[in-house]
Amino acid sequence: MTRYDVIVVGAGHNGLTTAAFLAKAGLKVLVLERNPWIGGAAVSRELHPGWIYSNCSYVCSLLRPEIYRSLDLARHGLQIAPYGGGLTFTRDNDFIGGYVDKDVRRREYARHNERDADAYLRYSRDTMRQCRFIRALLMRTPPDPTSFRLRDLRELLHLGREFASLGEATMGDTIRFYTMSIADYLAEYFESDIVKAHHAGSGIIGTALGVQSPGTAYVLLHHYMGDVDGQMGSWGFARGGMGAVSKAIAGALQSHGGIVKSDAPVARILVRHGAACGVVLGNGDEYYADSIVSSVDPKRTFLSLMEPGDLPAGIVQKAREFKSRGSSGKLNIALDALPVFPALGRGHPLIAGDMHFLDTLERFERAYDDWKAGTWSKDPYLDLLIPSVTDPTMAPPGKHFMSVFVQYVPHEIEGRAWTDADRAAFRDTVFDQIERYSPGFRKLVLHAEVRTPQELDREVGLTEGNIFQGELTFDQLFFNRPFPGYAQYRGPVRGLYLCGSATHPGGGVMAAPGANAAREILRDLRRPNTVPEGWSDD
Amino acid sequence: MTIPREHYLQAVFPTPFHPRTAAANTLNAWHRWRDYTVADAYFDVALEYTALRNACTVFDLSPMTKHLITGPDALAFMNRLVTRDVAKLKPGRVGYTVWCDDEGQVVDDGTIFHLRDHVYRLCSQERQLDWLLGSALGFDVSIVEETHDVAALALQGPTSCAVLKRLGLAEIETLAPFGIRSYAFESTELLVSRTGFTGDLGYELWIDPERAVALWDRLFDVGKVVGVKPMGTFALEMSRIEAGFIQAGVDFLPADRAIRPDRTRSPFELDLEWLVDFGKGPFTGRRALLAEKARGSRYRLVRLDVEGNKPAKDAFIYDRRRRNVGVVTSAMWSPAAKSNIALASVSTPYGAPGDELWAEIYYQKELKWSRFMARCTVVEGPFYNPPRRRAQPAADC
Amino acid sequence: MTDAAPIVIIGGGHNGLVCAAYLARAGRKVLVLEASAEVGGAAVTREFTPGFRVSSGAHLLYALDPAIARDLRLAKHGLALARSGLDTVALADGEPLVLNGAIVRSGQLSDADRTELGAYVARQRRYAALLAKPGTGAGFSVFRLLGRMVNNRKTENPAPVPLLQLAFDVRRLGRADMRELLRVGTMNLYDLLDDRFESPQLKGALALDGVLGAKLGPRSGQSFFTSLQRAGAYALPRGGMGTVTGALAVAARAAGATIRISSPVSRLAVTGDRVTGVVLDSGEEIAASAVVSSADPKTTFLQLLGARHLDAEFARRILNYRSLGCAAKLHLALDGVPGFRGVPAAQVGERLIVAPDLDYVEAAFNPAKYREFSSSPVLEITVPSMHDPGLAPAGKHVLSAIIQYAPYDLADGWDAGRDRLLQSTLNVLARYAPGLRAQIVDAELLTPVDLEREFRITGGHWHHGELALDQYMMLRPVRGAANYSAPIDGLYLCGAGSHPGGGVIGRAGRNAARVVLGKVRP
Repeated sequence: MTRYDVIVVGAGHNGLTTAAFLAKAGLKVLVLERNPWIGGAAVSRELHPGWIYSNCSYVCSLLRPEIYRSLDLARHGLQIAPYGGGLTFTRDNDFIGGYVDKDVRRREYARHNERDADAYLRYSRDTMRQCRFIRALLMRTPPDPTSFRLRDLRELLHLGREFASLGEATMGDTIRFYTMSIADYLAEYFESDIVKAHHAGSGIIGTALGVQSPGTAYVLLHHYMGDVDGQMGSWGFARGGMGAVSKAIAGALQSHGGIVKSDAPVARILVRHGAACGVVLGNGDEYYADSIVSSVDPKRTFLSLMEPGDLPAGIVQKAREFKSRGSSGKLNIALDALPVFPALGRGHPLIAGDMHFLDTLERFERAYDDWKAGTWSKDPYLDLLIPSVTDPTMAPPGKHFMSVFVQYVPHEIEGRAWTDADRAAFRDTVFDQIERYSPGFRKLVLHAEVRTPQELDREVGLTEGNIFQGELTFDQLFFNRPFPGYAQYRGPVRGLYLCGSATHPGGGVMAAPGANAAREILRDLRRPNTVPEGWSDD
Repeated sequence: MTIPREHYLQAVFPTPFHPRTAAANTLNAWHRWRDYTVADAYFDVALEYTALRNACTVFDLSPMTKHLITGPDALAFMNRLVTRDVAKLKPGRVGYTVWCDDEGQVVDDGTIFHLRDHVYRLCSQERQLDWLLGSALGFDVSIVEETHDVAALALQGPTSCAVLKRLGLAEIETLAPFGIRSYAFESTELLVSRTGFTGDLGYELWIDPERAVALWDRLFDVGKVVGVKPMGTFALEMSRIEAGFIQAGVDFLPADRAIRPDRTRSPFELDLEWLVDFGKGPFTGRRALLAEKARGSRYRLVRLDVEGNKPAKDAFIYDRRRRNVGVVTSAMWSPAAKSNIALASVSTPYGAPGDELWAEIYYQKELKWSRFMARCTVVEGPFYNPPRRRAQPAADC
Repeated sequence: MTDAAPIVIIGGGHNGLVCAAYLARAGRKVLVLEASAEVGGAAVTREFTPGFRVSSGAHLLYALDPAIARDLRLAKHGLALARSGLDTVALADGEPLVLNGAIVRSGQLSDADRTELGAYVARQRRYAALLAKPGTGAGFSVFRLLGRMVNNRKTENPAPVPLLQLAFDVRRLGRADMRELLRVGTMNLYDLLDDRFESPQLKGALALDGVLGAKLGPRSGQSFFTSLQRAGAYALPRGGMGTVTGALAVAARAAGATIRISSPVSRLAVTGDRVTGVVLDSGEEIAASAVVSSADPKTTFLQLLGARHLDAEFARRILNYRSLGCAAKLHLALDGVPGFRGVPAAQVGERLIVAPDLDYVEAAFNPAKYREFSSSPVLEITVPSMHDPGLAPAGKHVLSAIIQYAPYDLADGWDAGRDRLLQSTLNVLARYAPGLRAQIVDAELLTPVDLEREFRITGGHWHHGELALDQYMMLRPVRGAANYSAPIDGLYLCGAGSHPGGGVIGRAGRNAARVVLGKVRP
């Protein structure tokens, strides 16, 4: 039997990233993936002949450019194409367009509200101030605020210095920003409902909170803090679908001699003498290594891959209390032709962007109330994209692939599992909403893959189907992610590490958790660091 | 202006003068000024500049942001907004001013036109509607952005008064600097102010966009004999540096756009102390500026005469011990002053008159780059300030 | 110095009076100007129908700082409690759950819940004690200090809180407790309670503490933090809440302060860069060496001072200060002891609550998000006359209830909404007290709009603005006015809009007095 230096459980983008940096450092690395395909939630699959679906995550912005460059992902085939802008339809057959060109955007906002058009600059400025602050923290290991170790104190000092560098005004605003609701945050800038609604989605995507709930302003950052080639807040498609991200990272891993084994579900992480030492697969095969890295969420890691007896007291409770409720679903749709949205007319440039349909904050909030009541939103928030407009390889010529992200969708329907009838009704809810703004849409549908949190759980392995592998509320962020005291990528037993999106800085296909975990592992193994520093922007 | 849904089909608008500016633009050289396209140059930057200083030129400034401020509290509002005492600005007068955020950092600069009682026009570099409306809390005032509703031309240069005289504007030569006067132009109101951004004798003409082309045509008809020429932004830029004027986004960062702290400047730090009137009562930034006055400023805007003839564009500024103390924000060789001039922002206490400063200049000749340190002399006042700029009555021939 | 201008305090509510008493005790000449015909502000006892008196604003005393009560000798000046250590009776369709802090008096509760409750309450009290510490006086600005380290920008208005002291105290909690605080500090109560407890009734009862007076549901982030404001024991002052402010007024007068009633201030007098006095509605001008306002921040800055005296961004922050109340107040005059199902007559005088489970509370919150009131509201009910017979004619009783949620900006307006809310609330009450309707002699419902009018609080919010983390400590009410001072000289704040907020704590008044004593020369 071969012995490895490191075994990584799960070949999602973070697991692969950790593995790639470790392999780059010369370690012998094995990644075990339970599905026949790799990628976790960054995956492209051809479920309908000729159509490539980005089945789960569907757009890319947060992927850290330092990682992109350091793992040579461009050479391994990753290409990100920015798509410009987005829009929100109104119920009176109009829309507000978030054009990329700033003057056109301003004019478009002014078409709805002149003051808001100007206020958008203030909004962008303040949001960018927050992005600048958090971006400096993404590629760093959070300090333990309760620790007196030199490293933690130094990191706390660094954090303090970063905070202080914001300036007096922004320091206060930062505390407010982290504790406010997106609705209140937007109200400080905008007066018109349509402009607010156009920006509100970013505060609740993937989040089991309503727009009025404190803590949602922060979630905004997970949609603004990325960039495509220095264009802050800009989003793009991975050419060939999000699977291209995982494939490129896997390519980097393999180029450094790492091994990825798919169809290899890990059943158990083995602990001997208080240290993680290997894994057992579903078929009984055993693999051994000095370090075991789980890219799987903490609920699955600690509650099903490990024996309670192997874990210190309290971990099981922490894992149980970890919040990873699913709140989003997705439809992947093969279309016979490009749908027409009469409000836009044909040939509108924003057909390439994100399309939304909730034009008031009240509709957002009511959508959330449905989720609280244990069902999917009857008037849901959709983030609809047609990637094939930008990347024609996603569908046969003239045909289109449509990705529809749906918020809110519960993990269970009123406490029970989803049935096929539920799924069909859910699909119809979404189709109905699209049809309202694009009559004839239904007739174009050739195939639709319906994905609820239940599928994300069962298929991708995200417990309860949370797309961020754990909610992005402050009790689960930074030094609290996933649990207080375990935010430095080290698990509760020796030799065990966590590297998934349930660790700092969270989900969104950033690959930063994976990279940060690799740095910590290399540090423990006293190997030279291969993980890049974050880029400073002054 | 109602904006059509299809406005995106045309990212940039033509100005009301576009039919004429396009015809005159033999270089087809344009750039964007917010919503509009304006000429970089029409035929030759140096010749356009020469026309400005020797005869006169027409510059299309329609894209300038304009707001109309009216209402019983208009004056009180203006005084709360800006650092100057607007009460001293009589109807029919124009004043240059800046306005600040709470921390006394300059948000923007612009000109206030006191059109008549309770009616002001505020022209600014940046869009300001959100800031203005935010500042209007508690004031009975109406604020409307009218950028698209007013076409504007700058007519600048020694023969500019002669052109207007030939246009039939009676007694235009008696219009004092910073004065406004209303005339009729083909049954429309033509507002003329003796203002400009060139540091020369000059006027700005404000008119209904519908009549813009007609005005342009008439100006060129009557002005031909005194050498009127169109002028683009490049030549304007030369003249404004010679005049020592600062430009938002170039010489200072508008405070309400700053993401990083410490990138902004106070009026004191832009050599605009003369615009700050503490005697007039509360205005935004007053408290911070009083504190700054007591404490001293961080920076100083200096006008530099730079040794040699290589423009000090983007140059770092050093003290005699080669310590970096600032940076050049605008620089050029001045044909009018026959000196190598620059505006720079330096840390205090550097930059006092007589201070020894050095600019690190990179330049290339035939793709060979060279670097040298040029000694700089701090100059007081504008680099070029011809008496005709202020002459009363203005020279009308 | 008797001819020197006095320090003028606007508003004779509890914070204004506390501030006045401390200033007067320090030998300052103090003049309190109260708009109404009696002092008390929102801590007041009022006859709402002949013979029936009720605490028409706050109706329970649970947070009054004991140090203040001691310093000002409130007991000596007339403050007596009709009853302290009230039980909380969580009404239900079945047997009520009766709690007193961590003590379970009666009701169905598993052993696990009982144990966990002890730990929960203890932890809550530890955290509450921690929060009670900062802002006990003038501090220094951490923001300012940090800012100086990095930039050479210096601005005015130091924020108040000795954050480093807080950080130190947090560290002293010990590692496990500190970690838990940093985790749960911003958490919502729904999840936290659901993780820890089994009994829906218990969870509902504990959730109430996080949402009462706030525009939050149990699922809203930070509702745990809000619940820390209510970690104290409940008491009923004899004679209603007016007794508290009455005693404070006596204390203030005894210390030498002058209190003028029926003297509403119409605006502040400003000379140069200073507030130099006040102008009354009557036109009378009173010069002041300093003005301390216990009015809410919007009233103080936008009405009394005027936005034009403020910098634009500061004014915008005040405008954006979240201050719309979400609770209404119900007063019932009853011709007998109300009968609540499962509640023995002896317990009717306890703190009765209607918050049967988490989902009920959350569902009550839903309409508030859409500017509608709860048709099945959450209620906190007291029948003070059970312990304090003087409040009602012999044999008769007075019931006071907080109705949550009743948004200030009701979509249809309160003129139309008031009676609908009254009727639907009475219907809910009838579920728990079937005979109540028949006992009603008279009823009064105060919506947030009425509370605004009666107590002169813009928005009718009893904390003078949401008490949430984005409006707390050095951010309360807003950056630039957090140290009980204003961005204009001569003006200070001492009301619930300043740290640590309302709830009849008195600390804002005392802290403000300390700041004023430090800054205003005798």
